[in-house]
Amino acid sequence: MSKKIVVGYDGSEGAANALEFAAGLAKASGAGLVIAHVLEWSPYTFLTPNEIEERHARRKEELERADKAVLAPVLKKLEGSGLEVTSALRYGHIAETLIKIAEEEHVEHLVIGRTGHSSLSTRIFGSVAGSLAQAAPVPITIVP
Amino acid sequence: MKNFSAAAFAATASLCASAPAMAQTIDEQVNAVFASSTGWFVSFIFSPFPGTSFPWIVAWLVVAATIFTLYFGFIQFKAFPHSIALVRGDYSDPNDAGEVSHFQALATALSGTVGLGNIAGVAVAVGIGGPGATFWMVLAGLMGMASKFTECTLGVKYRNEYADGTVSGGPMYYMTKGFEERGFPAGKVLAVVFAVFCILGALGGGNMFQANQAHAQISNVVGDYPGWITGIIFAGIVFAVIVGGLKSIASVTEKVVPFMGVLYVVTALVIILMNADKIGWAFGQIFEGAFSGLGVAGGMVGALIQGFKRAAFSNEAGVGSAAIAHSAVRTKEPITEGFVSLLEPFIDTVVICTMTALVIIITGQLVADPTTGLYLLNESGSAIQTVEGNSGVALTSAAFSSAFGWFQYVLVIAVVLFAFSTMISWSYYGLKAWTFLFGEGKSKELVFKILFCIFVVIGAAASLGPVIDFSDAAIFAMAVVNIIALYALMPIVKKEMNSYLSRLKSGEIKKFK
Repeated sequence: MSKKIVVGYDGSEGAANALEFAAGLAKASGAGLVIAHVLEWSPYTFLTPNEIEERHARRKEELERADKAVLAPVLKKLEGSGLEVTSALRYGHIAETLIKIAEEEHVEHLVIGRTGHSSLSTRIFGSVAGSLAQAAPVPITIVP
Repeated sequence: MKNFSAAAFAATASLCASAPAMAQTIDEQVNAVFASSTGWFVSFIFSPFPGTSFPWIVAWLVVAATIFTLYFGFIQFKAFPHSIALVRGDYSDPNDAGEVSHFQALATALSGTVGLGNIAGVAVAVGIGGPGATFWMVLAGLMGMASKFTECTLGVKYRNEYADGTVSGGPMYYMTKGFEERGFPAGKVLAVVFAVFCILGALGGGNMFQANQAHAQISNVVGDYPGWITGIIFAGIVFAVIVGGLKSIASVTEKVVPFMGVLYVVTALVIILMNADKIGWAFGQIFEGAFSGLGVAGGMVGALIQGFKRAAFSNEAGVGSAAIAHSAVRTKEPITEGFVSLLEPFIDTVVICTMTALVIIITGQLVADPTTGLYLLNESGSAIQTVEGNSGVALTSAAFSSAFGWFQYVLVIAVVLFAFSTMISWSYYGLKAWTFLFGEGKSKELVFKILFCIFVVIGAAASLGPVIDFSDAAIFAMAVVNIIALYALMPIVKKEMNSYLSRLKSGEIKKFK
């Protein structure tokens, strides 16, 4: 089985740094690159009747938007790099979902930016990078 | 919400001071017109069996719940653990993350049902029917779980899914599509009748009763002032949400309501534990009262009618509203939503309503004759005498504040929020019925929404008696039609249930967690 590296990517500056680092790592070791984008989602939040009715439609829109605005540009950028690049787009708790992707794809290495898009909640509840550092099942690199 | 409450209080305080005399007459006028124009409908729905005082509609609901319980082999008890596993997401496909989960469908449906029925309705039941009403209420709640299971399964199975990804479901749809599938006539007629009653129910129990009791609770704390003032403020906020599309208010309410619910139950539990020595006595009163009435008006039958009525009004089992709320969940198996929905009457009635009743009984709000142990009736003989002579939400408030003085303020916020979230839910149910009748379209929807806001004002201004009568009548009228459809379609639910349960047993339906 070929080696794989997964990188958490949310379109932020920190994520761009992480991606650059991961791409360099992949090139050097000949590993495949999995670009993972997680849409924050909990099945235990509370919704209004209207939100419930529209949820299925909204989800489709959100997935399309994420694919087009976040993943497509970087996939295109890496097209000519000679790397074997795949992507993963999921809903869920960001750190938990990245761990799940790492396990499912049998990756050897996880790369993540130190700061993503979130700001205030990060200061209160801890960052994605922080929780991954504690819970990741594979070696993890946190890129500043 | 904080800003709103503060503004509401400030506005009411200044208005109270200026125009009390004129205002009272407006309230009286609204009340008189309202009572006289809805009386016939109320007396039809609540007419008793000839020669008895037992309303046929109460029998209709209880017989249905009993039939569903037996027909599905006590599914509400057998499937209870599986229901909890479903809500926890044990059986949810991770690839469906981002869709409406079972938990979310249940939470939203609950915020529509957990409301004033649990706080004010129970007080009405215990105030008129005595502690014994609690027993019948819990029994009706347990049986009602089977009705809810039936209607919500059908709601998901026969919902409409549109090209843009939105879904519409509810009794209107299973009546039309389900009847067609079984080759029964008149499905469409039934659906239209249901939709009409659903609109009335939305305006009554889902709106006026809520506005009325919210006003009662606010004026109970800040002092008496005309109801139409509360009505106009409430109507303004409801208008901002359902017409103005101000989503933030609705989502804030939706997030705060569950916490208020938990706070309410925890406080009730604390009060009950503080009076731990009286728990045995309270249950004694409940069981004794259930079969003897302990002197309440109407005796045992009086207790039973009150218990059944308020349970049905609170958990809405058999009414059909929940089928609208639950139908948007993402599941390949409609029956799973049926399983999840049966938790609703349990949480609503068996847990929350019982808490309210126990607190009222345990804190000694009801006045009994010390020598005979029978409850004393008030001057008009219509209800049990209470310590402070109050009824409805004020009685619950008095019971809670006898233990914690500050709780009446928490209760005001809880009542206002519960009332508001119930109104938002019912405006949605009513709108679904409205668009089913008149078709979708911005201006048609606007007519209903404005009508809904007007009824908020009427509800707050009218006195409790006529409002509660009309609210009950409208909600129960929905059940008349809905239960006919449930009888006709229950073999379909049984087929779904048996197929699902056998696949669950064989391991074909797998746990993901």
